[in-house]
Parts: sequence; structure tokens; C-alpha cells
Amino acid sequence: MFTNIDTFLPYILGGLTTTVQAFLFGAVLAYSIAIVAGLARTSRLAIVRGVATVFVELFRGTSLLVQMFFFAFAFPALMPFTMSTFIAGGLALGLNYGAYASEVVRGAVLAVPKGQKEAAISLNMSKFQTMRRVVLPQAFRLMLPGLGNNAIELLKGTSLVYFISLADMTFNANILRSSNTSLVSQVEIYTYLLLVYFVLALPLVFLTRWLEKRASKGVSTA
Amino acid sequence: MTELAENLEPAREVIVRYNNVKKAFGNNIVLNDLNLDVYKGEKVALIGPSGSGKTTIIRMLMTLEQPSSGTIEIDGEQLWHKEVNGQLKDADEKHLRKVRGKIGMVFQQYNLFPHMSIMRNCTEAPIHVLGLPKDEAKERALQMLQKVGLSDKVDMYPSQLSGGQQQRVAIARSLVMQPKVMLFDEVTAALDPELVGEVLEVIKDIASEGETTMMLITHEMDFARDVADRVLFLDNGLIAEHGTPYDVIENPQSDRLKSFLGRFNSAH
Amino acid sequence: MTWDWAFAFEIFPRILQGVGVTIGATFSAFAISLTLGLVLTLLRRSSFKPLSLTIAGIIEFIRVTPPLVQLFFVYFAFDMGPFLTGAIVLGVHYSTYVSEVYRSGINSVPKSQWEASRALNFSPVQTWRKVVLPQAIPPIIPMLGNYLIILFKETPLLMGIYVTEMMMIARSIGAETYRFLEPITIVGFIFLVLSYPCALFIRYLERKSGQIPGSAEKGVKA
Repeated sequence: MFTNIDTFLPYILGGLTTTVQAFLFGAVLAYSIAIVAGLARTSRLAIVRGVATVFVELFRGTSLLVQMFFFAFAFPALMPFTMSTFIAGGLALGLNYGAYASEVVRGAVLAVPKGQKEAAISLNMSKFQTMRRVVLPQAFRLMLPGLGNNAIELLKGTSLVYFISLADMTFNANILRSSNTSLVSQVEIYTYLLLVYFVLALPLVFLTRWLEKRASKGVSTA
Repeated sequence: MTELAENLEPAREVIVRYNNVKKAFGNNIVLNDLNLDVYKGEKVALIGPSGSGKTTIIRMLMTLEQPSSGTIEIDGEQLWHKEVNGQLKDADEKHLRKVRGKIGMVFQQYNLFPHMSIMRNCTEAPIHVLGLPKDEAKERALQMLQKVGLSDKVDMYPSQLSGGQQQRVAIARSLVMQPKVMLFDEVTAALDPELVGEVLEVIKDIASEGETTMMLITHEMDFARDVADRVLFLDNGLIAEHGTPYDVIENPQSDRLKSFLGRFNSAH
Repeated sequence: MTWDWAFAFEIFPRILQGVGVTIGATFSAFAISLTLGLVLTLLRRSSFKPLSLTIAGIIEFIRVTPPLVQLFFVYFAFDMGPFLTGAIVLGVHYSTYVSEVYRSGINSVPKSQWEASRALNFSPVQTWRKVVLPQAIPPIIPMLGNYLIILFKETPLLMGIYVTEMMMIARSIGAETYRFLEPITIVGFIFLVLSYPCALFIRYLERKSGQIPGSAEKGVKA
């Protein structure tokens, strides 16, 4: 057992670039969306709140894989232009995890004590200044652990691009499996694959732990 | 102090005026038809049981809560309204920001910005709201921190200070903005008893300088007697008694005020 | 290509046939999560360090690696059939999250309750059964409910190991007819219709018990 590491592991790692690209694409999109949608959900304007709420509920209420299939196979039928499968996968990852992460952003903004806003008003800061100088810097620290956890979830989610035939690590592992059908080989292949994902996730795990510790110490220490 | 109030009589210029102000949260009326003039430089203490409406009075002035009806004037200008062609309309954010600069407030929970150093707490608004150059803002802040006895703490963060020290920073932060009217909302209520004194001393110091108008909500009757020119006793959303500290604190008329004061040994 | 209502109505019953499997897999997996989650929580509290650390390590490994890969691993390593594999793998995967929920519930029981139990000379089992768990479980019910919904939306993954749930059926229809728009949209619609009311109900429970809404949801899983 575990004798084919020389051939199996490099083949699986052939999909590493796609996995990492999908992760980065999804993360950038997800966090941008999270901030916009999260703040929009705390807006005083009902219309802004409404649009953001519909977006968040829609993408949380359906399923990531459903969304990925939609963007990859159904969307092209609706749109006059074609979109690469990679963009479709990244879009689904970004929108889905963005919807979840927006809840983290919203929660953090709401968790900043009301007295902070009142103090800003008493110093005659504008709404924008209050947000930028008082609320967001404090909310940011509160949301970091949640966003870290979100990144771990996103990394796991990238494996779903296998279903839309993007050659990520999971996809490559399944190709290997189809040509190495003995039980021992199959166990070996997926063991390597799990370990690679675990190694990729570790930095995110430690980062999140560290952020959690920092956040629990309170926002007051610089 | 009574003499002082009378001495002010000739130059009495109104700086804050409440006209028939009402405030209700749903069906719950917290303030019923308030009419009140506060004069330039005057120190007004508001006392009364919790829920009597005293906090609402100063929170409306700080534009933290909007009156249900009535008007408030500050320094000759409408606070919550704007005069358009002789008619009063609800004020927009721009108008609020213009008039609110005349008012400063110190909160029960200090509300310092935890992510900023003491110095930045005191310079953030002067730089970004008043548009002062950094050096000037710092100089002003340092002056005020000296006044509250904390000029050696400029690089620390709020969490590194005691409650009393934080509250003194909050006072300095408000002073740097040079408000015409300063509001104090039970500023010692959240403090450990041994820290109350240092904060009250700082407020007394500022009060003795004279020019700033102050409205103070307090449960410290000795302090109210020492600092205030006038004391208002609020009960059930109404000013039930008012007058000099001597009138109100030493010679209460109503049973309600007597029983309220009876809870504070310091009143006798 | 535009939306074809006739086609949509034609395939709707066929997709609906997969709902039973989807829901069955969800509840089987949830039952496993609830049971195994509690076991993991208790083992992790063991004062025998090697045991509690091993359990913590296993939980971490399962939590941060993709459930899809775990499905492949178990499916090809053990001959249990698709449905059973799916229920077990998703159940085990989410038991790591559920154990965290139990842990937070148990930690929120005041220390004095343990001390009082000792003072009354309860045995450890009695303390757990009669004092700690009855106080720890009710406040975490909304959080557990959230994981039920998340599990539900995770079931399309089972298509990877040939469980004939809704997504699998939708994909087959797409492959047969070259129309993906309708089948995928229908699946998304069914997910939304089934999960959204549950989500609203859980938020209602959360509000009633005074918890922060969404604190146990994906991305804040901690």
C-alpha cells in the first residue's frame, strides 16, 4: 500500500493550479460581494436592504452545486455571450460564499456598540466618517475570524468544480482512479488527495485561530 | 451659587430653547410638552428618577433622538427643523451637521473609540470634522488632556486606562471640539465609587471657567448643588420642580421630590 | 434559448421524485451528526490528554477537507452502496460542526451547576443527564436547526457517488435533452421553497431565545 506516491501525487498536484485559481477567484469575488451586500443589509434605505436581502437569501437558499450547474450549463443558453467553465465555477463559488460571508460582515457591523455611533455623532462626524473611521475599523476585527472560516469552506467548495469538468485536483484524482481500479490504489489516491487539501487548509486554520484569539482579546488593544 | 445666578440676570441670553417638545416611543410618552430656556453660560442640573425623561431631553439636543413634536432652538437656530420660506420643515443631514457642531456630549459609558490611541481619540474629529491641521489639533488635544490631568497617557489605548481616566479623556475629547453647550449624561454612574471624585473634580474645574453652557444629568446631589445654577426635577415626563439648588435640593416642596431626595443621604 | 414552460411542467414530476431521496439522506445524515457529534464532544472533554488531542485532530481533519472527496474515499474503499455511504459521510462530516455546537452549549452552563451537582452527590452520569444536558441543549436548538438546513443543501454532492437525488435526475434530463435551464432552475426552486421557510422558522426561534441570528451558519461555523 502507498507505493505509487511517485506517480499518483504528481498527477493529483497537476490540478493544484486550477484548485488554487478557483479558490483565489472565488475568494476575491466572495469578499467583495460580502462587504457590499453586508453593508447594504444594514442600510437605512429599504430598497437597498431589500435588493441585498433577496440576493443573500437566493444564494443561501439554493445550493452551491445547483448554482454552479446553472452558471456552467443553463446560463449560456440565456445569454448571448459564452462564458468559460472556469468563470462559471468561480462565479458560483464567489456568489455563494459571498452571500454567506455577507452575513458575517453584517453581524460584525451590528455588533459594534451603539454608543460608538452616538459618540461619533456627538463629535459631529458625517455618516460616511462615522462608518469609515469608527464603525468599520472595529467591525473589521470582529469579522476576520468569520471570514477566515469562510475561506476554509470556500477551499473545500472548490472541489465541486470537478462536476463541471474543470481539471482541479479532485478531477485529476478521479481520472487516476478510473485507470487504477484496484481497491488499494483507490484508497491510496483519495488518501493523497485528502492530505493535500488538509495541507492547503492548514495555513487558513492557523490564521483563523490567530484571528479568533485576537478578536476575543477585544478590539481595544492595538 | 444663588447669588451667581442672580448676577447673570442682566445679560441673560438664551442659547437653548425647547418649545412644546413632546417625545413618545409608541404609546409611551416619555416627555410631555417641555418648555425650557437655558441661558448662555448657565449650568443646569437635571435630576429625577429613571424613566422621568431627563436623558431624552439631552439626547434630543444632541440629535440622537428626534422629538415627536415641538421645536428645539440652539443659538438662535432651529435644531430639528429648517426654515424654508418661513415654514418649518424637517431638517436634513446637512442642516443637522451644521447646528450640531455647537453641542458636545459626554456619555455614561464613556464611548471612547477603542481602536484609537488617547491622542487620536481627541484629534480624529478636530482633524476630519473641523478641518484643523494635524499639529494644531494635537496641540489643542494636549491642552485639554492636560486640563483633565492625562497628558502623560496620549499614546495609550482606552482599555489600558481606568474607568475614571477614560471618562476624563471623553471629557477632553468633547472639549477639543469647543462646543457652546456641553451635555453630561450620568457620567459617573458607570464608575467604581472611588473613581467618581476625579471625574466630578474635572467637571467642576471646567464649570468654574464659566463660558461653556452645561446640562448635566446626575445622581450626585452634592455635585449638583456645587456646580449648578439651576436644578430641574423631572418626574413622569414633566418638570415637576425647578429653581436654585437651594430651592430644589434643600427645600423640596412636593412629596415626590422629598422621597426622591430621601434616597440620597448627601441631600441633607 | 428561452424558458420553456411545457418542458418545465413535463420534467417537474420526474425531478420531484428525487425529493424523497434528498430528504431521506438529509435526515439520516443529521441523525448521525447529532449522535456522533455528542460522542465527539464528550471524548474531546476527556482528561486523558492523548485521547482528547487525537479526537481534536480527527475533528479538524474531517472538518477542513472537502466532503466530496470524503464521499469518493468511502464510496470506493467500502462497499456500502451510494445512499448509505452518502448518509454516513455527510453525517460524519457535519458531526464535527455539531460537536462544536454542543461544546458551546455545554460551556454556557454555569460552573456553579456542576458544583451544585457535586454538592448533591450526583454521579457523573446523573450530572450530565439531569443537570448539564437539559440546560445545554435547548439554547442550541436553533443552531442545530441551521445545520440541518445546511446539510439539506449539501445533498447534491451525493450525485458524485450516483445517489439518485434531485440534482442527479436534473443532470440526466439535461444530458438527454440538451436543456439544462429548466431542470436546474427547478432544482434550485425546490431547494429554496423547502429551505427558506425552515430558515425563517429557525430565525424566529433564535430571536425568541435572544441569540444572534445566523451565528451558527456557514462561514461562521466555529
